[in-house]
Amino acid sequence: MNNRIVYMDYNATTPLHPLVKEFMVRELDTYANASSMHELGRQARSAIEDARAKVGMLIGEDSATNTLIFTSGGSESNNTVFATMFHIGRNSKRNKIITTAIEHPCVLNAAKWLDAEGFPVHFLSVDAYGKIDFNELESVLDDSTLLVSVMTANNEIGTIQDIARVVELAKAKGALVHTDATQAAGKIPVNVKALGVDYATLSCHKIYGPKGIGALYIKKGSPIEPLIRGGHQEYGYRAGTYNNLGILGFGEAARLAKENLQTYQSKMSALRNKLRDGIEQKVPLIHINGHRTDVLPNTLNVSFPGAEGESILLYLDLAGIEVSTGSACASGSLDPSHVLLATGLGPELAHGSIRFSLGMYNTEDDVDYVLNELPPIIERLRSMSTVKAEDIAQTLQGVK
Amino acid sequence: METNSSWIYTDKVKEHFLNPKNVLKDGEDFQADGEGITGNVKCGDEMLFLLKIRDDIIQDVRWKTYGCASAIASTSALSELIKGMHIRDAYQIKPDDVVKALGGLPENKIHCSVLGDKALRVAIDNYLEKTGRKGLYKDLGARIICTCLNITDHDIEEAVKQGAHDWEKLQEHTKIGTVCGKCRKEAEELLHTYVHIFGES
Repeated sequence: MNNRIVYMDYNATTPLHPLVKEFMVRELDTYANASSMHELGRQARSAIEDARAKVGMLIGEDSATNTLIFTSGGSESNNTVFATMFHIGRNSKRNKIITTAIEHPCVLNAAKWLDAEGFPVHFLSVDAYGKIDFNELESVLDDSTLLVSVMTANNEIGTIQDIARVVELAKAKGALVHTDATQAAGKIPVNVKALGVDYATLSCHKIYGPKGIGALYIKKGSPIEPLIRGGHQEYGYRAGTYNNLGILGFGEAARLAKENLQTYQSKMSALRNKLRDGIEQKVPLIHINGHRTDVLPNTLNVSFPGAEGESILLYLDLAGIEVSTGSACASGSLDPSHVLLATGLGPELAHGSIRFSLGMYNTEDDVDYVLNELPPIIERLRSMSTVKAEDIAQTLQGVK
Repeated sequence: METNSSWIYTDKVKEHFLNPKNVLKDGEDFQADGEGITGNVKCGDEMLFLLKIRDDIIQDVRWKTYGCASAIASTSALSELIKGMHIRDAYQIKPDDVVKALGGLPENKIHCSVLGDKALRVAIDNYLEKTGRKGLYKDLGARIICTCLNITDHDIEEAVKQGAHDWEKLQEHTKIGTVCGKCRKEAEELLHTYVHIFGES
């Protein structure tokens, strides 16, 4: 036991980047209502427009005016898109919604809501690595398809989808395309212009900015209905007094994420690969979840069959290592991660899964520390487990 | 690690989780007089109980558990609870007794403690069978769920073990709820719990 904390849960959320924090402290007094006509109001508004431009730049949109609105976060952005589909699809023959089985719950549940409202909704399956099947997409896409919503990268296993191909197929049928880029932005290049998507969701607290602020990119000319009605803020697409501090923090976080992207990617993938190779070397009978190459540079999801995820998480926690798990017990439900199950992983492997998501404060020393602490924990839990090593080996035979 | 934030479990759960008592060690030769396993790795938890019994008194116990912190701590606490106990008393231990011994569990973790007493009963039944007293305690500590037909929680448990995994099958096995039907809600909750514990493997 010591006082060391190794935070490896950056896909859950990130700390503030010190420069974002500094920027926000400087802007604490930008209090004026950005809708006010007076000088202070105009100053606040101008700062917000600077932030909008910076967030736009992160996703390849150089003129974010009219195309990027600020929201309270990823969930609101995603819900705004699905609520829009409700408005334009409810009296139309074009009302089919296609999404994937591995989306974040806010997309899954918004899609299920439309399903309950009578919209035909199709959840695309994924392969063992978390990739969608383009043959399946082609077979369900037709002239009645209203929206195709596919996440750019998955939060649990990090698998990256080929969104350009999704757009190409969907556009051939005249469908709208949305991508939830919450986990991808700031970790890999995302260019909404080059991709040609109609909507893209962003969240600030995943890129070292404050919580409670997100954005929705809406391509010029693509339909949008406000989820929150009221004043004329955000071009009438999202009412509510401007969250000055959140927006300004977002702008600065986005600027830094863009500036640091290459350094971030090479540093993260080096650390993640070291962690992955080390675990493969030091812990017998494991399974790496997700795609080997089309994967977020910071994400590593591993199943340790024979040991249960919540137990692993809590033993790691006592060693100061902060991670997350796809086990049912940790979620409070009886089912393990919907993402891992969708990849065809058996429940016994999903219950024993741990997600390591690395970030800017992790060092090689941290990885060495984890590689030191983790193996005896797995060995200990396995030694008190009813599951025998030969059963584990057999289970793994089935997935490899 | 010294922090001010409280752990998500009680100190007793933490103690049993970090230093579990009576775990069967790898390669340990424990001559069990009765053994029982319940649960399912697919459902996230599975427990094995091994008992050494003399004159119907539990002399020693070993266990193995696949599961979360609550499941591990529950098994460990239960193993301490039953040492020196008459098997008739051990047979009547309820999940609630284990939760009390742990100083409580979070609401959404209570279901992680329901496996231990079942595994224990299977182990005692195994011992009774070996000593030619099969089914001796069958009705011991049983609670009547269906008052019209005198059907107990043990009857439901037994039916689920024999493959009655839904309401219709449970009714075929036990005729439960076929008279006034008032017991259905409670019976279905038990059914759900037992299917989780003894469910398809």
